Amino acid sequence: MLEILQNLEFTPFLLSFKLAALTTLILFILCLPLAWYLSQTSSKAKPFLEAVTALPIVLPPSVLGFYILFALSQNSPIGAFFDEYFDVKLVFNFTGLVVASCFYSLPFMVQPLQSGFENINKNMLEASYVSGKSKFETIFRVAVPNIKPALMTAIIVTFAHTVGEFGVVLMVGGSIPDETKVASVAIYEMVEIMDYTSAHIYSAIMVIISFLVLLSVYMFNSKQNKKIGGFH
Amino acid sequence: MIKIELSKKLHGTNGQMDLDVDLEIKEGDFIALAGQSGSGKTTLLRILAGLEDAKGTIKIGEDTWLDDKNVLPPQKRKIGFVFQDYALFPNMSVEENLLFVNKDTKLANHLLDLTELSELKNRVPNTLSGGQKQRVSLCRAMMSRPKLLLMDEPLSALDPAMRTKLQNEILTLHKEFGTTTIMVSHDPSEIYRLASRVLVLDLGKIINDGKPKEVLLKTQGSQKFSFEGELLDITKVDVIYVAIVSIGQQLVEVVVSSDEAKNLKIGQSVSVSTKAFSPIIT
Repeated sequence: MLEILQNLEFTPFLLSFKLAALTTLILFILCLPLAWYLSQTSSKAKPFLEAVTALPIVLPPSVLGFYILFALSQNSPIGAFFDEYFDVKLVFNFTGLVVASCFYSLPFMVQPLQSGFENINKNMLEASYVSGKSKFETIFRVAVPNIKPALMTAIIVTFAHTVGEFGVVLMVGGSIPDETKVASVAIYEMVEIMDYTSAHIYSAIMVIISFLVLLSVYMFNSKQNKKIGGFH
Repeated sequence: MIKIELSKKLHGTNGQMDLDVDLEIKEGDFIALAGQSGSGKTTLLRILAGLEDAKGTIKIGEDTWLDDKNVLPPQKRKIGFVFQDYALFPNMSVEENLLFVNKDTKLANHLLDLTELSELKNRVPNTLSGGQKQRVSLCRAMMSRPKLLLMDEPLSALDPAMRTKLQNEILTLHKEFGTTTIMVSHDPSEIYRLASRVLVLDLGKIINDGKPKEVLLKTQGSQKFSFEGELLDITKVDVIYVAIVSIGQQLVEVVVSSDEAKNLKIGQSVSVSTKAFSPIIT
């Protein structure tokens, strides 16, 4: 048993976590303003934007993967642009995975943040405005600190969801060892070559890590809700 | 002098109505704004705060907050706003809530002393009682040394004893800072104790404007006692009828004739009056 563990290749896990961490960071920065806008606007564009951001939840990963592949390949304008000006290829490498993951996990970051912002007592934001504080200052000193459970949920679920993605990763990244072969793809390959022992170990590790991550979110949130009395 | 001339179309629960207000307020006055719910009181406060838009002009002394060309954002109006639900920042301690507005520690400590909150200054809002929260909210509103203090039913969520205590504190702060204040209130005794002028708003228009005594005392003709109440029940006792009327926090029984009983409907608002020449107050 010990021997099997020692011989086990952990790079796929490291890749998975590196991908998830980068995706979460990028999405957090991009989605905070988007979620704020969606929570505050009554514009006619809102349902349209909401539908677009929710698309990755309902689309089969293969559809999403296909479009991303199509849009980012060197034959497309976007892929050609990045290749020509930055010498960056966007498919079948790690960069491409990050871009694809950002699309794939977008709703898991936007939706909790948006609902967190929507649940904030509007009077509290207005109290900040009449105290002379700008929107920007209000967001970072009043809104964000008071949606900690939503922040935690958004960050952790995005991270976990990215670790768990498979279809999009496989389509956009393929399975290049040390570059795009993440844990989920590695497990798929082990099953294909009937290496069930490794598949068991990998899968068990995934289950345990995912469980611990989710458990920590729920424990944190119930503690926070007691402390600040929910969102109000 | 504060000049307010505003109009705005409102879509309330009673359908569409026009808020139309033309007012002059002396600086340092304490105005009570009364009227049924849906009459536009809160909207008027929010327009004054800059939280809602409207057509018209708002001039505070030399400063123009609103006219045809300019709309000053709420951030620049120098107002204090006290919300009915306190709207404190749960992530900050009592003291931090105050210092958020203005870094003047001396003023914050002074306000906390005045309202007997000094010992609670490191607590977070969620650990405070309703009365304590509203006092923090009041202090926070005073931190910007506002030109205009707006309060939207600040005491309506509190029990009567706490209300009286807070009314005194509001009065203390008003005297000390001399801030022009507009407070939405439904409570006649509160209005009488605090306000120097009452405005009654109905369907967006001011229908009554005067000193609290003139507006609030509801005596007509030669009656000495007159109380507004709600008719809760009419019961037949032998040959007479007894009406149960709720007046303020109390229930009273009033004898009515069978003819009167026929004309009264349970739930309607009634006025109970009598000619008492030497009532006894104990």
